[in-house]
Amino acid sequence: MCIVPVHTESAEAVRLAQGLWLLSWLAVMCGAFVFSLGVYLKIELLRRAEVMENTEIHVVPNILLLVGLASMGTNWMASRVCQDSMDMSRFPRWKVLLLAWFAVAALLCCLLVAVVVLSYALQGRLEESLKIGLRNGIRFYKDTDVPGRCFQKETIDRLQIEFRCCGNNNYKDWFEVQWVSNRYLDLTSKDVKDRIRSNVDGRFLLDGVPFSCCNPASPRPCLQYQLTDNHAHFNYEYQTEELNLYARGCRQALTDYYMGLMNSTGPGVLSVILIQISVIVSLRYLQTAVEGAMALENPEDESVGYLLEKGLKETFEELKAKVLDMVKLAQVDPTTSEVSPEAQEAEKGDNATKTPSPPPAS
Amino acid sequence: MVLMKMKFPFQKRVKLAQGLWLLSWCATVAGAITFTLGCILKTELRRRGEVMDNTDIHIVPNTLMIVGLASLGINYFAGKIGQDALDAGKFPRWKSLLKPYFAISSFFTVLMLLAVIMSYAMKGSLESSLKVGLRNGIRFYKDTDTPGRCFQKQNIDRLQMEFQCCGNNDFRDWFEVQWISNRYLDFSTKEVKDRIKSNVDGRYLVDGVPFSCCNPSSPRPCIQYHLMNNSAHYNYDYQTEELNIFIRGCREALVNYYMGLMNTIGAGVLSVFLLQASVLVSLRFLQTAMEALAGNENTEIETEGYLLEKGLKETIMEYLDPVLRFLLLKNQVQEGEGPDNTVNI
Repeated sequence: MCIVPVHTESAEAVRLAQGLWLLSWLAVMCGAFVFSLGVYLKIELLRRAEVMENTEIHVVPNILLLVGLASMGTNWMASRVCQDSMDMSRFPRWKVLLLAWFAVAALLCCLLVAVVVLSYALQGRLEESLKIGLRNGIRFYKDTDVPGRCFQKETIDRLQIEFRCCGNNNYKDWFEVQWVSNRYLDLTSKDVKDRIRSNVDGRFLLDGVPFSCCNPASPRPCLQYQLTDNHAHFNYEYQTEELNLYARGCRQALTDYYMGLMNSTGPGVLSVILIQISVIVSLRYLQTAVEGAMALENPEDESVGYLLEKGLKETFEELKAKVLDMVKLAQVDPTTSEVSPEAQEAEKGDNATKTPSPPPAS
Repeated sequence: MVLMKMKFPFQKRVKLAQGLWLLSWCATVAGAITFTLGCILKTELRRRGEVMDNTDIHIVPNTLMIVGLASLGINYFAGKIGQDALDAGKFPRWKSLLKPYFAISSFFTVLMLLAVIMSYAMKGSLESSLKVGLRNGIRFYKDTDTPGRCFQKQNIDRLQMEFQCCGNNDFRDWFEVQWISNRYLDFSTKEVKDRIKSNVDGRYLVDGVPFSCCNPSSPRPCIQYHLMNNSAHYNYDYQTEELNIFIRGCREALVNYYMGLMNTIGAGVLSVFLLQASVLVSLRFLQTAMEALAGNENTEIETEGYLLEKGLKETIMEYLDPVLRFLLLKNQVQEGEGPDNTVNI
């Protein structure tokens, strides 16, 4: 709890400070949670990086990692501010930093919202990346003797077994590539020579799939070869056979898996956003209340806290004018003498229109 | 003959009580951990319950769960007694409970040690249970249309894929059973008829294995059938082929898995046992040191604490006597004979 007992103000302000201290530590825990979510998602994406062609989807876990770390630091600072808010001598040193703090915290909330939006928006890109990656994996399945591609077979086999899927869109993708290496083909036999001559590229194509497409739930031993030939197997009809191989394509399976993962993190991220917003609002109230109390002569009197000094529109106009001033000053500085009287008149005019702000009503 | 006498000045007693309180809370957490470990082991054993013939091995996780729960209670009371020990007013109310408390807690602590020993001792029982269970699984692999056995195929397939093993001892177990159902055999073909005639029982035996025996690390597409026939496949020699199918037998794979799990759990439980024993020893020393203080007005004098008043054997006999008397009615018979003997003389 807030340990500093010096110069307490009204009881409500003290309660606000204590509540905010607890809330900011809760927000630090939430920041750690967001960070660990990012780590988990990143690891899951890296595990299957071999069947992804690009790493665009990695922007989601990267933002989560960044926001998690930043929010831990930001909310720790909020707890320090609240601890010092009860002490009149230590509070002023935070005054300068608070505006920057509000800007950073607002930016973090925006980034979190962006993460939720991105995780839905990037689904199409993820599918494209998987489509190309899987197509390459299936094409290089047979190249177990080519350095750099020798693990494609094991990767695709383990992927199909773990995600219970076959091929890119479905099992027929295996009919279009040669997935049996030439080292294991007897090129003198008639069957092999016929198959190689039957297509333009001279590839050994067959209507068969690797063993990793086999479905253990099938009641009969797995049929891998001559899948479109009803007479090759007893009591077999390929149009009605459902359980023999996995029906789902691996692209569909992987997309579903990753979308499910990102959707399940959605509610967690949304509650973190809510907690962060409540920390921002509470800190603003605390800041204005303490500043008001410091301005009063008798520190035991009540001071009023508020969110914005003027209305939302006026505050926005004021901020815009300040920013433009800074830009104008930077531009005007080189040509000082001729322009200065006009600039002074213009400034006076500005000051006249901006009537001094009414003191906070007690 | 007092066992392990130690002197306890006042400060040392205070420190002992404080240390006991802290230790008892650590031991409570450790007891909860033991219970969790027992639950984990039980869950893992039940997952593969279909390839085990009996449930003898379940005594290990059951014991761990019982001991974990009991140690929660034991250590909670140890903490309370430790807290009350330094207060001369509150301590006497525990006096009558302490003897049965120590008996029960020693029993459960020894039981913890027994659980660890059992996990090593029951390896043989686990192996024979798995041997019978896997043999049945392989035999009933084809019976996907028989109620009660229709999931054997899926279980064995998933088991072989997950543990990267094939068959019971090795892949040749599949050559000795018919694992292809008759529904998928064309009895009009010559090949099928020859195979069925080739053995006494009329089974369709092949030198082939199911697809779940295939090793994904193999550089060539999996060869499942005609495994012993070198000429059936191009560039194939079954004596030197290593990576095609899994070489390990599923019994060995499962035993290794469970022994590894139980070794890890056993190491944790041993440390919990040491913690628990130290709690009991500290409590005993604190109790005897406080009892030596009884009746004294000055609570800050130095007292002696000990583990056992008499020797180990005499203490055990003292504890077992009431139990034996209750169970065997031993002493009642002896009392009955005494007066008769004296009268006859």
